[in-house]
Amino acid sequence: MSQVNRLNGGLIDQSRSISFRFDDRWMKGHPGDTLASALLANGVRLMGRSFKYHRPRGPLTAGSEEPNAIVELRDGARQEPNTRATTAELFDGLTARSQNRWPSLAFDALSINDRLSSFFAAGFYYKTFMWPAAFWEKLYEPMIRRAAGLGSLSLKADPDNYDKGYLHCDVLIIGAGPAGLAAALTAGEAGLSVILADEDSLAGGRLNAESFAMGQQAGHAWAAETAARLAAMPNVRLMTRTTVLGAFDHGIYGALERVSDHLAVPAEGKPRQILWRIYSRRAILAGGATERPIVFENNDRPGIMLASAMRAYANRWAATPAQEIAVFTNNDDGHRTAADLTAKGVLVAAVIDTRPDAPKGQGYEVIAGGTITNTSGRLGLAQVEVTDAKGNRRQIKCGALGVSGGWNPNVSLTCHQRGRPAWDVDIHAFVPGGTLPEGMVVAGAANGVFSTHAALHAGAEAAVGIAADLGHTAPSPDLPEAEDAPVAITPFWHVSGAKRAWVDQQNDVTAKDIKLAHQENFTSVEHLKRYTTLGMATDQGKTSNMAGLAIMAEVAGKSIPEVGTTMFRPPYTPTAIGAFAGRSRGTDFRPIRKTPSHFWAEEQGAEFVEVGMWLRAQWFPRAGETHWRESVDREVLQTRRSVGVCDVTTLGKIDVQGSDAAEFLNAIYCNGFAKLAVGRTRYGLMLREDGIAMDDGTAGRLAEDHFVVTTTTANAVGVYRHMEFVRQCLYPDMDVQLISTTEAWAQFAVAGPRSRELLRKIVDPEFDMTNEGFPFMACGEITVCGGLRARLFRISFSGELAYEIAVPTRYGDAMIRRLMEAGREFDVVPYGTEALGVMRIEKGHAAGNELNGTTTALNLGMDRMVSTKKDSIGAVLSRREGLNEPDALRLVGLRPVSPDKPVPAGAHLMTKGSAVDAAHDQGYVTSACYSPNLGHQIGLAFLKSGHERMGEILRLVSPLTGIDHEVEVVSAHFVDPEGDRLRA
Amino acid sequence: MLINHPLLGPRDASEFIYKGDAALIHRPDPTAPDAQEVFIDYGYLRDNPAGAHRELWFHEQGDRSWLVVTRDTVTHEITEVELARDVARREGRSK
Repeated sequence: MSQVNRLNGGLIDQSRSISFRFDDRWMKGHPGDTLASALLANGVRLMGRSFKYHRPRGPLTAGSEEPNAIVELRDGARQEPNTRATTAELFDGLTARSQNRWPSLAFDALSINDRLSSFFAAGFYYKTFMWPAAFWEKLYEPMIRRAAGLGSLSLKADPDNYDKGYLHCDVLIIGAGPAGLAAALTAGEAGLSVILADEDSLAGGRLNAESFAMGQQAGHAWAAETAARLAAMPNVRLMTRTTVLGAFDHGIYGALERVSDHLAVPAEGKPRQILWRIYSRRAILAGGATERPIVFENNDRPGIMLASAMRAYANRWAATPAQEIAVFTNNDDGHRTAADLTAKGVLVAAVIDTRPDAPKGQGYEVIAGGTITNTSGRLGLAQVEVTDAKGNRRQIKCGALGVSGGWNPNVSLTCHQRGRPAWDVDIHAFVPGGTLPEGMVVAGAANGVFSTHAALHAGAEAAVGIAADLGHTAPSPDLPEAEDAPVAITPFWHVSGAKRAWVDQQNDVTAKDIKLAHQENFTSVEHLKRYTTLGMATDQGKTSNMAGLAIMAEVAGKSIPEVGTTMFRPPYTPTAIGAFAGRSRGTDFRPIRKTPSHFWAEEQGAEFVEVGMWLRAQWFPRAGETHWRESVDREVLQTRRSVGVCDVTTLGKIDVQGSDAAEFLNAIYCNGFAKLAVGRTRYGLMLREDGIAMDDGTAGRLAEDHFVVTTTTANAVGVYRHMEFVRQCLYPDMDVQLISTTEAWAQFAVAGPRSRELLRKIVDPEFDMTNEGFPFMACGEITVCGGLRARLFRISFSGELAYEIAVPTRYGDAMIRRLMEAGREFDVVPYGTEALGVMRIEKGHAAGNELNGTTTALNLGMDRMVSTKKDSIGAVLSRREGLNEPDALRLVGLRPVSPDKPVPAGAHLMTKGSAVDAAHDQGYVTSACYSPNLGHQIGLAFLKSGHERMGEILRLVSPLTGIDHEVEVVSAHFVDPEGDRLRA
Repeated sequence: MLINHPLLGPRDASEFIYKGDAALIHRPDPTAPDAQEVFIDYGYLRDNPAGAHRELWFHEQGDRSWLVVTRDTVTHEITEVELARDVARREGRSK
C-alpha cells in the first residue's frame, strides 16, 4: 500500500480509489481528497520550490490561504498555473506538476540562490540592477523572470466556457461554518430569500476539520444535516464551491462559483466557472478565521504546517504529513492538534508551548516556556531543536510540526469599502472595524468570536436582527450544544535571534528583511509591503501579514495597531481572467450588428469591415481582381459613370417630432432649420458646447412637426444622448420627442448619373421623380414596389446625382436584390465603404477623420454656417478668439507634384525650406486615397490659413515612414466643384 | 452601484452613462454681455467635492431618462434621484 500516511475514517470515500499524477509519479487517492491531502497520504511533503531562493516547500495550510503548495494543474489547453494543491479537488486522472524548479523538484539547480541569500535581501533588485539602465529590459528582467517565475501558461485557447450570472436575495450569508449555517437556518425559517455561499465543496467550515460534537452528533454530521435541510428550503440557495470575492457598493457582491473545476471536463453544456453578481439587501459575513504561524529559524521545511491544517488533514482527509509529529504553540488551540492526532494514532513527540503556564499534556509531553530554535532535514523536516525555559537545547525527532500562533478573523470583505480593522486586545488580532459595507453584519470567528457555541448563537442573532429589519419574524432556531472554550493565548510572534526565519513563505520574506526595510526607512506599512513584497501574490499574505506587522511594530517601538494593516482589496482569492471575460471573447467579444443587405453581400463575396459594432461591406471583389484597389477603383468609376448602390443603414437615424421640433433642431445644429420647408432636406453641423464640431448629417422635414435627422455611423449613440440631454435638461418644456430609428429603416444610397432611371423602376408611378418634381435636397414619404411605404431623400455624399431610399428593415434584403435586378440594364454596381470614402474625398466632404474632436466649423470651412441670428449649442464658444486666429487651420485639398507620389494620412505639411519640427508645422493630412478619376493620390488636409494658400507648393513629411516630397495646395473639391452633377 | 430610478425603481449603474455635474443644466444666457466668460466657466469649471455631489446620469440601457443623482463621492451613498427634466423645470428652465 503506497498511501503510507493514510489514516482511518475522515470525510473521504476510502472504499473507492482514484489515480492522479504528480510530476512523473502516478499515485492513488480517494474521492473527497484534495491534491494536497492525497499527496500527504502518499508520503509526499515536498510540493514546490520557493519563489526567490528555490527552497523546498510543502503545504503550510489546508485551504485557500496556501502560500507554498502551488502547482500547475492539468495538461494541454486546460493547463492552469499557480493553483493551490490545498484546494484542488482530486478527480480520477488529475495531473499536476510542481513549479519553479529545474531540472526536478528534488534537485533544483537554482537552489544555489539559497546559498547566495545574503545577496538577495529586500530591495536586492532595486539596488543591484540599477546600472546600466539599458540592461534592465534586455538582460536583467528576462533573467530574473526566468529564475523567479511561477507556473507557465499553456498558450492555447481555453476550451471551456465561463458564464456570468445575476442573483438577488434578502440576505447573503458568506461562509457556511457554524455561524453561517445557524444564520441561514434562522433566516430561511423566517421566510427570507437567502443565499449561503462557501468556497469549500462541503458546507460546515471548521466543523469538518474538528473532532467537536454538536449535541449528540459529530460536528460534520450536524453540518451535513443542516446543509441538507437548507438545500430543501425553496427560499434558500446553498452555493458551495463559491467564493465571495468582493463587497461593492449598495449591497452588491461578486462571487465565483467553480462549477466544474473538480471535474476532468465540464459536463455537457456546463461552464467551468460562473462569475455571479449578487444583489443583497443585507449580508452576514461568517467567513471564519485563519490560523497564523510563528516565525522561527528554518520554519519553512516541508512538514511544517499550521496546527489547524494538520488537524484538518487528519480529521477530514484521514491523512497525516508524518507518523511522528510535534506541535509548537502559544495558545490552547495547538493542544487540540496534539489531542486529535493522538486520537488518530499518530505519535505526538512533544508540544512546545511558549507559555510558562502551559496546560498539561493528555498522553504527550509538553515543554512549557519552550521555543523552537532551529529545524533540520533535507527536502523535509527530520527534527526540531527545542530550547526550553532554562535555555537548554535538545533535538526532537519528528516528520511534521504543527504551528499555532493564534487566529486572525477573516476581515478582508469588511474592508472593501471603507472599513479599517480594529485591534482586539483579548484575542491579539484585528477584528472588523470602521464603516462596514452597507447592510453587512459580521458573525462568528470573522468577528473574533472563536468558540463554536458563540459562533452558532452570533449567526442566529444576526439573522434574527436582519429578519426584524426586513419585516419578518424569525423564530429562534433549535441550536445544538457545542464547544465553548475560552480563547487562551499569550502573543508570541517570532523566536528572536533567527537568521533564516520566514515571515512570508510565498515571497521569501524573512524577519531580517523586515528589519532591513525599517532600517532603510520604509516605515509605513504600505511601503514595507512594496519594498519587501510581504503579503503580495496569490495568497495576499493571509498567513504572513500579522507576523510581519508584529515584527515591524517591534523594531519601530510601536504597538501593532499603531503600525496598522495594509489595504484589503478584491478579489479575496485569485480569480481567472477568463471568469471576468465570461462569454465576451473571440468573435463574441462584443455584439455584431449586421446590415439588412449583409446576407446578400456575403453571397456576392464581399469583404467586410468592422465599423463600430457594425459589419459593413468594404468592397465587392470580382473574379480576376487580385488587389483591393482594383475592386474599389472599378466601383468608383462605374458609379460615377452609371449607377452604384451602397448600404447606408448604419448611419444614425433619429426621429424628431413635436410642435417645437424645428425650434429644437435650431438649438442642436449651428445652422438654421426653422425655415426649412416641408419636403426638403438640409445639411446640418452640430457643435459641442465648447465650440468644437461634434457631428454632421442631414435633417429632412417630412411634416411641419416631423424631422428625420441622420448622424454619422460612429456618433449615432452619442448624438442621440446629447439630443436627449438638450431636450430634457436644457429645454424641458419644448414639445419635442425623440426616438432612434437606426435599426427600423434599411437605407441605401443610389448614386450616379443613371440613379434616377433606376429608381423610376422602383418608386411607384404616382410619385414625380423629375428634377423639377423631386429636386436636389428634396425628401418625402413615398411607396415603392407597388405600395410598400418608403422614404426618399435626394442627398449625395458621392457628389453624383444621388438618392437615399429607406424601407422598413425587414424589406432591406428584398430591396437590395430588387435594386440590383432593376439596375442591370443601367450597369448598376454595388459599392462598399472604401469606394464610398474615395468618392467623398474626391468631392471634399468632411467625415470622421475631419470631425476628429479637435476641429471647429471654421477649420472645416463652414464658419459662415454658424448662425448669428439664433442661439445654438456651441455657438458662443465657437466665437472664442483662440478658435478664430488668423492662421487657424483650414480644410484644403492636396495633390502630389509628382503624380506617382503618395499622400498618406497623418503626414505633416511644412513650408519649403523650413525646419521639419513641431514649431514649424503647417498642418496635417486627415484623409487620403487614390483617385481613379484623376489618376493619382489626393488628400484632404488641415493647413494654417489654407484658404489663402491655393497653388502653394508645400513639403509633405512623415519622418516615421520616410515620406518627404512636394504637394500642391488645391481646392478640396476635386470632382465637380460647381455641383452640376448633384442638381442634374 | 444601484440607482433608484424615480420611474423604474432600483437599477444597476451599468445601465447608465455618467455625464457629470448637474450644474450643466444651468446653461448661461448666450445674450449676456459677458457670455464668453460665463460659458467658459460653465463648460470647463467644475467643483470636485468630497461629499454630496449632484450629477447627471443617462439611463441609456433603459428608458433614456436623464437623472439628477445626489451621490456622496466618498461613500457612494445615493440620497436622492430625480428626473433631470423635473429639476430643470424647478430651477427655471423652460423652452
